[in-house]
Amino acid sequence: MLILIRAVIGRDLRLAMRRQADIVAAMFFFIIVVSLFPLGVGPEPDQLRKLAPGVLWVAALLATMLSLPRLFAEDHRDGTLEQLALAPQPLGLVVLGKVIAHWLVAGLPLVLLAPVLGIQFDLAGDALAVLTLSLLIGTPALSGIGAIGAALTLGVRGGGVLLSLLVLPLYIPVLIFGAGAVDATVSGLGPQAHLSLLGALALGGVFFAPWPTAAALRVALE
Amino acid sequence: MSNRVINWFRYASPQTFYPLAGRLIPWFWALAAIFGVAGLTIGFLVAPTDAQQGEGYRIIFLHVPASWMSMFIYLVMAFWAAMGLAFNTRLSGMMASALAPTGALFAFLSLWTGALWGKPMWGTWWVWDARLTSELILLFLYIGFIALQAAIDDPRRADKAGAILALVGVVNIPIIYFSVKWWNTLHQGASVSLTKAPSMAALMLWGMLLCALACWMYSIAIALMRVRTIMLERERHTDWVRALLAEKE
Repeated sequence: MLILIRAVIGRDLRLAMRRQADIVAAMFFFIIVVSLFPLGVGPEPDQLRKLAPGVLWVAALLATMLSLPRLFAEDHRDGTLEQLALAPQPLGLVVLGKVIAHWLVAGLPLVLLAPVLGIQFDLAGDALAVLTLSLLIGTPALSGIGAIGAALTLGVRGGGVLLSLLVLPLYIPVLIFGAGAVDATVSGLGPQAHLSLLGALALGGVFFAPWPTAAALRVALE
Repeated sequence: MSNRVINWFRYASPQTFYPLAGRLIPWFWALAAIFGVAGLTIGFLVAPTDAQQGEGYRIIFLHVPASWMSMFIYLVMAFWAAMGLAFNTRLSGMMASALAPTGALFAFLSLWTGALWGKPMWGTWWVWDARLTSELILLFLYIGFIALQAAIDDPRRADKAGAILALVGVVNIPIIYFSVKWWNTLHQGASVSLTKAPSMAALMLWGMLLCALACWMYSIAIALMRVRTIMLERERHTDWVRALLAEKE
C-alpha cells in the first residue's frame, strides 16, 4: 500500500519537475495577487497588517485552484488514468498519492513564500510564524478537497471556471480558520483553537476526499 | 406485503411515474393555493402587529418558509442523489436535477426577503452574520450543482457527477455552518424550535406554518412538473414517449 502511494508520488513529482514552468507560474500568480492588494487599498501599515491574513489565504486558495486542473487532466488525455483505474490496487490510494504530490508541488511552495510576503504586509514575528504554520496545516486540505472538484470537472466544457464554482464554497471553512488563526494571534487570543480545527479539516479532507474523487474519476472514465 | 414492495419499484420507472406525476400535480397545486391563501390571510389580515417590529415582521411569512425549504430541498436532493448512486435508477437523478432550481430559488428568496427585513430592523441590507453567510454559501452550492449538470452533455454522467457533488455538499454543510457560526454571530436566535415553546403569538405561528406548507406543496408540484419535462426529454427515443406524443398530436 505504501509502496503504491510512494510510487505515485514519485512519478507525479518527476513529471512536475520536467515541467517546472507550471509550478513557477502558480507561485508567481500567488506573489502577484498578494502584491496587488497594497496597490489597491493603499500602503498604510496598520491597514495592511489587518488585511494580511485574509489576503494571503485568499491568494493561496486561488493559486491552488489554478494548479488543480493539472491534477488529472494530463493522465486523462494520454490514457494513464484508465490504466490506473483498471489496476488491482484501489483507485482511492492512487488519488491519495496524487493529492500528496499535488500538495508538495503546489501547496508547499506557497507555505515557503508566505513569510516573505507577510513581511511586505508588516506582520510581526509571531504572526508570521502562525501564518506560515496555518498554511502548512491548511494547504493539504485544499489539495484534498480540490481533487474532488478536479475529478468532477475532468474533460468537461469550461472546466476551469466550473472548478472554481464547485470548489471555492467548500474551501470556506479552511479559509475561516486559517486566516482566523493569524487574526487571533494578532489580537492576543492565541491561535491554538483555530490551528486545531484547521488540523482536523486537513486530516479529514486528505483522508476522506480520495474516495469521492475516485468515484468521480470512474464516472468520468465511463 | 410483497405486493407493496413491488409497487414501490414500479414507480421508479419513468414510464409509470410520468402519468402518476401528471395525476398528482393538480392536487399539489390546489393544496398549495389553499394553504397559501389561508396562510397569507392569517399573516396579513388576522395576525396582530408585532409589538417590537411593527408591520415589518410580516415578511417572515415568506422568509422563514423559504429558508426552511432551501435547506430541506438540499437534503432531499442529496437523498435522491444517494439513491441514484446506490440503486442506479434513472428517475433518482432526474428528481435531483428537478429539485435543484427550486432549492436555488428558495435560497435566493430567503436572502432577498432577509435583506428587505434587515434594512428597517437592523438598519442594513446585509451583515456578515453566520446564518446569512451560510445561506449564501448554500446558494453557491446549488449553483455549482446546476452548473456542473449543465456542463456535462451525457445525462447519465451528469446525474452521477451531480450526485457525488451533492453528497460532498451535504457532508460539508454542517462544517461550513459551524465554521461560519464560530466566525461571527449577530442573527437573532431561532424563533421556532422543537424543544421550547415558540416565542411568538400563536396566530403568527399558524400563518407561518400554513405558508410553509404552501411552499412545500408548491415545491412538490413544480418539481414534479420539471421532472416530467426532463423525463420526456431524456426518454424521447423510447416507445412510450413516442406513443404519448403521437396521442397528443
